[in-house]
Amino acid sequence: MTARLAELSSVSKRFGVVIALDTLSLDVRPGELLAVLGPNGAGKSTAIGLMLGLHAPNSGTVRLFGDDPTSIEARRRVGVMMQESWLAPELMVREHIQLVSSYYRSPLPLSEVMALTRTQSLADRPFGKLSGGQKRLVQFALALCGRPEMIFLDEPTTGLDVDARGTVWETMRRLRGRGTSIVLTTHYLEEAEILADRVAVLMKGRLIASGTVDQIRSVVDRKQVICTTRLQPEDLALWPGVESVSRHDTRLHLTVRNAERTVRQLLAADDQLCDLEVVRAGLTEAFTELTQEAAR
Amino acid sequence: MTLWRALFTETKYECIRALRAPAFGVPMIVLPAALYLFFGVVLQLSNRTPQIDIAIFAGFAVMGVMGPGLFGFGVFVAVEREQGLLKLKRALPMPPSAYILAKMFMTALVALLVTMIVSAAAFAAGKVSLTAGQWAAFGATLVGGALAFSAIGLLIGSRAGGRSAPAFVNLIYLPMIYLSGFLIPLPKSFDSVTRLSPAYHLDRLALHAVGLGGDAPMPHVIVLAGVTLGFGALAIRRLARSD
Repeated sequence: MTARLAELSSVSKRFGVVIALDTLSLDVRPGELLAVLGPNGAGKSTAIGLMLGLHAPNSGTVRLFGDDPTSIEARRRVGVMMQESWLAPELMVREHIQLVSSYYRSPLPLSEVMALTRTQSLADRPFGKLSGGQKRLVQFALALCGRPEMIFLDEPTTGLDVDARGTVWETMRRLRGRGTSIVLTTHYLEEAEILADRVAVLMKGRLIASGTVDQIRSVVDRKQVICTTRLQPEDLALWPGVESVSRHDTRLHLTVRNAERTVRQLLAADDQLCDLEVVRAGLTEAFTELTQEAAR
Repeated sequence: MTLWRALFTETKYECIRALRAPAFGVPMIVLPAALYLFFGVVLQLSNRTPQIDIAIFAGFAVMGVMGPGLFGFGVFVAVEREQGLLKLKRALPMPPSAYILAKMFMTALVALLVTMIVSAAAFAAGKVSLTAGQWAAFGATLVGGALAFSAIGLLIGSRAGGRSAPAFVNLIYLPMIYLSGFLIPLPKSFDSVTRLSPAYHLDRLALHAVGLGGDAPMPHVIVLAGVTLGFGALAIRRLARSD
């Protein structure tokens, strides 16, 4: 049996009359990068909050390293980056890292934390004087400074520029290479597509899909056929199996159920058709389909 | 070992950030001495006995040590709670006691600095002459008494929003000073009101420490201990509620 680092078993959680989680079961396995996806209000942050012992469940059980998540021993094995968290603006970046490192038994050296997160140039700057993106990088540094076995990252790349996002992605890959488990919530589906070993899709507090990125993608049986053609989009939209047609510059994008059949028809109907591409559905399409289906 | 390292580091950085905070550190430490020198020494409107000089000095020192607890806990905790820092600290493996112990130590340190600077001002102005034992008792009384105001501040911080906390603290701090009767003498009819104020009781204990107490100190100790424990317990219960 695979060990579970964190586990929610049939957990329900209400805030007043709002049901945030509804008999949700979710686990985190050793060395994996689990992306927890879902629209706003799906229960992603609540699920993480329960695993971290910030909330108590109304029913069901929550374990962190086999222990109660409020246990300080269990939390010493975990690093955290919250979606919104303010840090004392008067303290320097190095001081914040030293402070959080002091909570852990065997933290990473300060220089290594700063090198991993490319925050060396910020070391002696007060937190309050940093830009929004720099603040997120420092919070990311705090999540990994304790050499945790598992890291929870709640929307880590929101507000980051392309370079900083690249740094976070690269560091996540390195940490996973060292065997650290990562739980990531994100609105950027391409982030999950690139990084995740496993994806869990939440909707209205329930788990609506879980599996590898390929498994999630495969729930969508549509593909995109892209080409340059003399055929008119209005006519193509009437073809059987064609769900939608749109024009992007000079090319048409057809969303189809049976790509092979549509391609044969296209080639037969237009002998000058060119720039042909067939693209399978991405995580974005899968996510849209799953959440729309669950909303029905 | 980790526990002590965490406690030490939390306390160290709580003191550093409080002393660096532009609206807290320097104003909180220097302002009481400046007010004492201006109103208690420069604006000397009538001939005063040495006892009155000491009582005025003690009154300004009491006013000074109320601030760090009320503002240090009241405003800092409110902001940190509202902005998610408290939540982050609860998710991190910070020892649960470290947050409050660090702030208590910071408050005691600032209260000690306030007491030392007001004392130095009074000594330099030639207004107060105490024995070493009286100085020590006076300092210990004020630093210990500051805990009661920390507990009141903590309760404000556990309930108020970050923006409204300074207003709430001032709403309590300023009337408490005036209604305690130790800086502005109040008529006898106000006695029942002054006795409700923890600041009045700390002032009485401070006067005891410098040899001017005319009543039993124990009731004042009991009131301040009760305020510390009662307000502290209410605040901690409030902060412990996670949902």
